Amino acid sequence: MATDTLPVYTKKDYQTDQEIRWCPGCGDYAILSATQSVFAELGIPREKFVIISGIGCSSRFPYYMNTYGFHTIHGRAPAVATGIKLVRPDLDVWVVTGDGDSLSIGGNHTIHMLRRNVGIKVLMFNNKIYGLTKGQYSPTSEMGKKTKSTPFGTADRPFNPIALAIGAEGTFVARSVDVFQQHLKETLKKAAAHKGSAYVEILQNCNIFNDGAWESITEKDARSEHVLQLEHGKPLIFGKNRDKGIRMAGFDLEVVQLGNGITEKDLLVHDEHHPRAAYAFFLAHMEQRPGFPTPIGVLRAWEDLPRYEDVVADQIQQVQAKRGKGDLGKLLRAGDTWEIRA
Amino acid sequence: MPTTVIETPHRKREVIDKAVIRFCGDSGDGMQITGNQFTNTVALYGNDLATFPDYPAEIRAPAGTLPGVSGFQVHFSSSDVYTPGDSVDALVAMNPAALKMNLSDLRKNGILIVNLDAFEETDLRKAQMTSNPLEDHSLDGYRLFAVELTRLTRAALQQLGLDAKSMDRCKNFFALGMCYWLYNRSMEATVRWIEDKFKSKPQLAQANKLALQAGYSYCEATEAFYISYEIPPAKLAPGVYRNISGNTALALGFIAASQKAGIPLFLGSYPITPASDILHELSQYKDFGVTTFQAEDEIAAITSAIGAAYAGALGITTTSGPGMALKTEALGLAVAVELPLVVCDIQRGGPSTGLPTKTEQADLLQALFGRNSEAPVPVIAPATPGDCFWVALEASRIAIKHMVPVIILSDGYLANGAEPWKIPEISELPEIPVHFAADPVGFQPYRRDPVTLARPWAIPGTPGLEHRIGGIEKQDVTGNVNYDPLNHEHMVRARAAKVEAVADDIPELVPEGDPSGELLIVAWGSTHGPITAALKAQRAKGRRIGHVHLRHLNPLPKNLGEVMKGYEHVLVPEMNMGQLIMILRAKFLVDAQGLNKIQGKPFKQSEIESKIEEMLG
Repeated sequence: MATDTLPVYTKKDYQTDQEIRWCPGCGDYAILSATQSVFAELGIPREKFVIISGIGCSSRFPYYMNTYGFHTIHGRAPAVATGIKLVRPDLDVWVVTGDGDSLSIGGNHTIHMLRRNVGIKVLMFNNKIYGLTKGQYSPTSEMGKKTKSTPFGTADRPFNPIALAIGAEGTFVARSVDVFQQHLKETLKKAAAHKGSAYVEILQNCNIFNDGAWESITEKDARSEHVLQLEHGKPLIFGKNRDKGIRMAGFDLEVVQLGNGITEKDLLVHDEHHPRAAYAFFLAHMEQRPGFPTPIGVLRAWEDLPRYEDVVADQIQQVQAKRGKGDLGKLLRAGDTWEIRA
Repeated sequence: MPTTVIETPHRKREVIDKAVIRFCGDSGDGMQITGNQFTNTVALYGNDLATFPDYPAEIRAPAGTLPGVSGFQVHFSSSDVYTPGDSVDALVAMNPAALKMNLSDLRKNGILIVNLDAFEETDLRKAQMTSNPLEDHSLDGYRLFAVELTRLTRAALQQLGLDAKSMDRCKNFFALGMCYWLYNRSMEATVRWIEDKFKSKPQLAQANKLALQAGYSYCEATEAFYISYEIPPAKLAPGVYRNISGNTALALGFIAASQKAGIPLFLGSYPITPASDILHELSQYKDFGVTTFQAEDEIAAITSAIGAAYAGALGITTTSGPGMALKTEALGLAVAVELPLVVCDIQRGGPSTGLPTKTEQADLLQALFGRNSEAPVPVIAPATPGDCFWVALEASRIAIKHMVPVIILSDGYLANGAEPWKIPEISELPEIPVHFAADPVGFQPYRRDPVTLARPWAIPGTPGLEHRIGGIEKQDVTGNVNYDPLNHEHMVRARAAKVEAVADDIPELVPEGDPSGELLIVAWGSTHGPITAALKAQRAKGRRIGHVHLRHLNPLPKNLGEVMKGYEHVLVPEMNMGQLIMILRAKFLVDAQGLNKIQGKPFKQSEIESKIEEMLG
């Protein structure tokens, strides 16, 4: 096995000597720490990792990871990463992005990367605000939010990032939270194991411009009451006393109280490999409804779709198998030619 | 000019030096195919030639209307050909709209073949004609041949049992057959093409062959034409030739560059006229390991190519002016991270959507300066369709050697125009050495080569070279993020010096024509043909004129200033408002005069000559 020669990595191997320039208390620190730990455990040679980012606070990430890193331009990281994967499918390419970078200026590249199923892992830090430009609303800010650019509140309806990713035919869609370290690490590992596009929304706190944006989830009590932790093959149960669940009601979901004849058997059992995206789409829309919990974990992990770069490489191989490797001399002389003699 | 006349009992065959023929008709009449077939046939015969396909932006404007007219002009000769020809000797017009749009270019007493069946009342109305030109004597100054192309084609295909529409689609080949007779050309190459094209539709193959033959026989049998013409082969340099368009030549040039460099070719592109053919062409060559990526937009097209270059491929992107505008920010990124990249701008008329299918040279300043801040890049331009091959190699060589994005400025005229191209031997191609950094000892991502100032190309996957790059300003040598004021100035100057250093790596100019004298013409890009023809004609009249055609527009060849000093006047013809001239005046304080044409059409030889005569008296 290749692991015989693979050096044993520790988290420290993935740290750089660069001074980290995020605000003290930023959720990005926790995500960086989790990623460094997970990379050390993946059994992949360090030189195979490439981290591509766009613009925004989150996009400074590559400078702090001791791997190959490319801090590109606003919104375009998925396109740069696609070029890398097409040339070098063997590389482990991660995109680090934010709600503005991925869903506003880079929305187009995000959806096209997902529909193609390019083998790229995307970590989308969602803090529902523009931090680096100092506090304008983002495409995930709640409607009516008062920000520097919307003193009377936003008129925009927000995107639901995981619903968007599922709608764009994403084959792996998950959500975790900056402060849920263990859950975050587990989620990153699952994303790492996925072959095609993996889109991970990480709920992240911006303590300067949008502090407490995720308080309803991260507060100690709230965490158990309002969060549904998805686990493959397990029923959808949540609540401090694990006494609430989700079941189908016609062509919809409903929250039910366990007891009084309602048991776990009545509940939906989570199937992250469900071949149809509709199920994950239902889950993605839960938190916008009163009484429903916010799901975290893997909503969808569907391995049946081939990776884009493999399809492209196969096509090249097939043509080469059929025609043989290209001969430049023959190519230049292809078609009708004529000779002028001296 | 006739040189020999061969008399037969009923016919005369004149041996002439050159002819210009133009096929025009509705967008659906197959004029581009007809023109291409004629071109291929005369090329195979050994004539020198130049072509000018001219088609509308609309795919199928309403049939028979003026906006729907498509044309294809071929100039072929037994001597050197530099332009598609100022005026037309033989015009084939498939309908009144085509006649109306093209007649002004037909020379006096020129041959005019029209489809008589297409001159009904409704056809005339669609062409906004109030009287029938076939009847009102407006065509008296031409040798008019009004032929029932539709009826005769149907008659020829009668026995095949095709519907009327399918039969009518073959009438362009009837007209082509007539032209083959008129210029004494064999139908063999076209018959081969038909058989290949309609391999799976034998009935259509048969129909087109019959139509072609019928057109040829019609001329033979009816004695419609008293004279036919013979244009002997040209005396081209010995070698094997093919006919090539600029876009095909670019595609082949990039494959050659990828082979010489020993790295895979990656094209990121978004369809846009007139650049799409490069994408079409390269997508065929998977046997050469070429990856073509049709991106979601122009920005993804260039950024994917940057990603590919970062990963060690020859990354290229192809577009036209509007796409260049969209790629601007990403091109700045490539400048900052100092990766090799080739960007092809196949210029068209603008601004905005402008004239998508017409040619222009107005993106020069955009290529030179169209990025935020100080972001210099080498810019090079092909002069002829065949030259596109060499320019693709040159751009790739500079990009890789100097670790810099390079812009190629082609244009719609070069892209679609064709000429005979002498196929090079592989040994004639330049070497393009590639050195990927591999040794971690002393590795620094921005440690520069002392001569070229290029930084190392260190690709992901290389153990021990893990490093970070990005668009944010960085410290020289280490590449670490750095906002220090003096470091920024140092880096801005370093990037500029690196591009300037390319001037040491390109040949000095040697003027065509007179090495000093009354007038120097300084030009670039597709104006090469008409300028060369005008230069020859004017020097034959005793004028002392030189011509330098700039392949390298940034940096400029080192001796350009010296060369200009050798002449009394400097003329800069451009298909824009005067962009190169602005650079020349700014850099050399030279009192150059411009000749500017912004009509979506190339210069005519006569336009250049008039300007020379105006300047020199």
